[in-house]
Amino acid sequence: MTDLTTTPSTSDALPLQAPSLPRYGTIAAIVFAIAVGALVSMVIGAGYVAALVIAWLVLVVALPLWSLAVEGGRKAVDRVATLLIWSTFGLAMIPLVSLIYTVISKGSGILSGQFFNNSMRNVLGEGGGIYHAIFGTLIVTALAAAISVPIGILTAIYLVEYGKGKKLARVITFLVDVMTGIPSIVAGLFAYALFVLIFGPGVRLGIGGSVALSVLMIPIVVRSSEEMLKLVPDELREASYALGVPKWRTIVKVVVPTAIAGIVTGVTLAIARVAGETAPLLIIAGFTTDTNLNPFSDRMTTLPVYIFQSIASPPGLYRQEYEDYAWGAALTLVTIVMLLNVLARVIGAVFAPKSGR
Amino acid sequence: MAGTVQESPTEPDPGGPGGSVVTSGDGGSTGRVGDRVFAGLSVGSAVLIVIVLAGVAIFLLEQGLPALGNSGESAYGKDNIWAYVGPLLFGTLLAALIAMIIATPLAIGVALVISHYAPRRIATAFGWLIDLLAAIPSVVYGLWGINFLALNLVPVYNWMGDNLGWLPFFEGPVPNSGRTMMTGGIVLAVMALPIITAICREIFAQTPKMHQEAALALGATRWEMIRMTVFPYARSGMFSAVLLGLGRALGETMAIALVLPPSVLVSFNLITAEGASSTIAANIANNFGNASGSKVDTLIFSGLVLFVITFAVNFLGRAIAARGQVKG
Amino acid sequence: MKITSARQAIVPGIAVLALALTACGADNEDAAPSGGGEGTEAVETGLTGTLSGGGASTQQAAMGAWAVGFQGINPDTTINYDPIGSGGGREQFISGGFPFAGSDAYLTDDEGELSAAEEQCGGTVIEVPSYVSPIAVAYNLPGVDTLNLKPETLAGIMAGKITTWDDQKIVDDNPNADLPSERINAVHRSDESGTTENFTDYLTAVAPDVWDAGAIEIWPTEYGGEGANGTSGVVQTIGNSEFSIGYADASQAQALGLANIGVGDEFVPPSAEAAAQILLASPPAEDASDTKLIYDLDFATEESGTYPVVLTSYLLACQSYDDAETAALVKGFVTYVLSDAGQEQAAAEAGSAPLNDDLQAQALEIVDAIS
Repeated sequence: MTDLTTTPSTSDALPLQAPSLPRYGTIAAIVFAIAVGALVSMVIGAGYVAALVIAWLVLVVALPLWSLAVEGGRKAVDRVATLLIWSTFGLAMIPLVSLIYTVISKGSGILSGQFFNNSMRNVLGEGGGIYHAIFGTLIVTALAAAISVPIGILTAIYLVEYGKGKKLARVITFLVDVMTGIPSIVAGLFAYALFVLIFGPGVRLGIGGSVALSVLMIPIVVRSSEEMLKLVPDELREASYALGVPKWRTIVKVVVPTAIAGIVTGVTLAIARVAGETAPLLIIAGFTTDTNLNPFSDRMTTLPVYIFQSIASPPGLYRQEYEDYAWGAALTLVTIVMLLNVLARVIGAVFAPKSGR
Repeated sequence: MAGTVQESPTEPDPGGPGGSVVTSGDGGSTGRVGDRVFAGLSVGSAVLIVIVLAGVAIFLLEQGLPALGNSGESAYGKDNIWAYVGPLLFGTLLAALIAMIIATPLAIGVALVISHYAPRRIATAFGWLIDLLAAIPSVVYGLWGINFLALNLVPVYNWMGDNLGWLPFFEGPVPNSGRTMMTGGIVLAVMALPIITAICREIFAQTPKMHQEAALALGATRWEMIRMTVFPYARSGMFSAVLLGLGRALGETMAIALVLPPSVLVSFNLITAEGASSTIAANIANNFGNASGSKVDTLIFSGLVLFVITFAVNFLGRAIAARGQVKG
Repeated sequence: MKITSARQAIVPGIAVLALALTACGADNEDAAPSGGGEGTEAVETGLTGTLSGGGASTQQAAMGAWAVGFQGINPDTTINYDPIGSGGGREQFISGGFPFAGSDAYLTDDEGELSAAEEQCGGTVIEVPSYVSPIAVAYNLPGVDTLNLKPETLAGIMAGKITTWDDQKIVDDNPNADLPSERINAVHRSDESGTTENFTDYLTAVAPDVWDAGAIEIWPTEYGGEGANGTSGVVQTIGNSEFSIGYADASQAQALGLANIGVGDEFVPPSAEAAAQILLASPPAEDASDTKLIYDLDFATEESGTYPVVLTSYLLACQSYDDAETAALVKGFVTYVLSDAGQEQAAAEAGSAPLNDDLQAQALEIVDAIS
């Protein structure tokens, strides 16, 4: 394995090319492995999963052995490595595919106009919906964005335009990085403690959820905006200064607009990230069956909390209905988050500043 | 760190503070009101972040520290606060450890596929797919974990219990619901995977092309090239990626709250429901609504412990990443 | 150029959001109340506002039904109930977080709760039974339709002393059943719970030799078994895993097999009627007063036809509130809960046993004094 430093494969025979497996070698091995897997599992009466596992084992053993016989040890090791590395990718895809499949197959059945237009008020069993939860999520997330985006972008501007080389900037860069790792439940506890100080015990407010989400969202916005502002070429700034434009106008009119696509991408991704948060909202935004559009009074249901409550504490007679609600809401939430992600990618891809690479 | 390939910075380094060329525009801004206001605003925001982070710490300290003296009823029937937080901390670390053992090799493999193995165009799409994993809300992971993954893992656990039962980890008995520490660890692994992958593939892609081509030109196979050029170059980055993934796994709440049976005890038995210790975050989520008075303090104290640990892990991760960048 | 196109991309996004926000009110909230049970006419009561309480998760299903019924009569009100557990409900009630609370155990001064509650209320605390329901012993045992358990057997299973389904003791109770030789997965509440307290209270009363942990709210770890969060967590865990057994409010466990419990020489299945029997036979608790209608259940009863594992859940409220609106809401809601309509609604939707007429009259009189 470590023969790189010793003489590479130049042996006595001196053929121009080292012997290697035929071009179709890998495919042949895969077909062979699948065949063996299918055969064995049929004989012992096991299912698809067993067949796949057997096929994979056969492949991981057979191909390198063949390679060892034909090509020698180093190539065989390389083939094992290649196989294993691709296998990790396949393995990583299993949860994604199974998760999306599960959510769609279980959640699509309940989707209907009624499901989207009803709340859970006065609902026992059937006929409920996620109207209130959708609005809860929209309002709480929008407010969180309204708090986080200005703070986040201004901080990024400070870091890139004002704070270079200063100690405060370094401290803040570091703290922002650390903040990225604050557990979401801790953010919820923080918001709860803050609002209890103001409103007394038992407080549940939509705005509290926004504050908690902001704690999670600000660092994401800062980091992505900072990256984007750094990509703005200094020539642009210098040209602007040379024309006598003050620094703040240069930032507002030249630097930020140049980076805006990337910043919007970052913000959208951050929104997508916090829109799916459950734990802090469970603590501070609470749960209700009603549509509440006022984030400053009373509790507000959001989609993630709705899902959690439907699955964690449904009324006994209507367990099945509530599980359906949970899956329907999960599908809706995943769709919203995925759409935001795709939107962010598209914005990023279409308007990305031309960088060197 | 022996064998680390050092090179002058030929690549742009996105993360490092002060890493790029500094152009100060201060000269053009003397005495203008707009400038002062704007500078003030941006400094204010930056300082606000420090205040918020300090606020998180202070609130946790103020609310959590009184719980240090809690015992009996207010410590959920335990003799003292540590008897309650200790097992939860153990559960948190164990679940995160399992997650890392599973996720690290997977993430490195996936990152290699994206950076080196897949054709460029497909690689971008693969990158998106992995990022989708990061976008799925944790409560949905929980839903999937409890209704799909856990149930499907039961035969695997049964096999493990039968064949590996002599190891204390796999003693069983296996619950038919499949809600075990192992399931929790697997869900966490899936959730941490995209984070580790994202950082690893950035760093793998930054490995100097010259090194890679030199290795290939000397007749190295692709795997040898990766072992001899990519891994040494990326070692500190990979380490910090794992730490950041660990940070995510430690703080993950909802998925675990749904998947892991909530009990407070210390046990290495990974495939039983009876001996599974819950994690701090999940325990807070499960019990917070149920608590008031001194029990809230107890829970907030456990949150403080979690915060300190996550902080430390992230701190370490970022510090290593920063050091790696200065060198690389 | 790049700048303008980027801005153009944001505008539609904001527009969509704004458009979405202008649409207000869910369809079912504008419409006439539905599902409020027959005979609920929208009488103009003048009650408005939101009342948020919480507590025992056993009352959750009934609370959902009551909220629907009450909101049907009072369209401008909203009732929220956080099913966070009896202990949490009592604590939040004492700290002033909840104006009313549901609790499976009445307030006592063992931990100073009663005095603290009285202090919070500025005087008198009201406690009325709102929900009486059997605690079912639910099991998931393929091929076994009826399961009889004597108290000692049940205690043995839950204490981890009987570990397989074909244990001689279970076989003795069920001579005709085809019991598998599988390990018993005993499921219990992992959170603090009034159901656990009532259940262990029962075990202590009937099988003190086997169950030696006493009546407790938090399940003792050393007895093993699989923990689950909340009543529905227990039900879900039992439903998901074969060879499990556990205890849960009967209303929530209807989909599962429910064991018949030995009383005297017979085995009684859980039913609302059989459960209601026990309240008649039980003496008032020590702290009972003319505003506190509380009972110490006689679990060890051998009365024929009585299902002994019963949970009585109370509503806690103050006799007077600083805020007139809250007082009116609490009074209106609790009155509805105790009314014929409310008790029938709960019986239909949550499988509880309606209070008998005598008790109901007493309770309504107590609630009438709320101001």
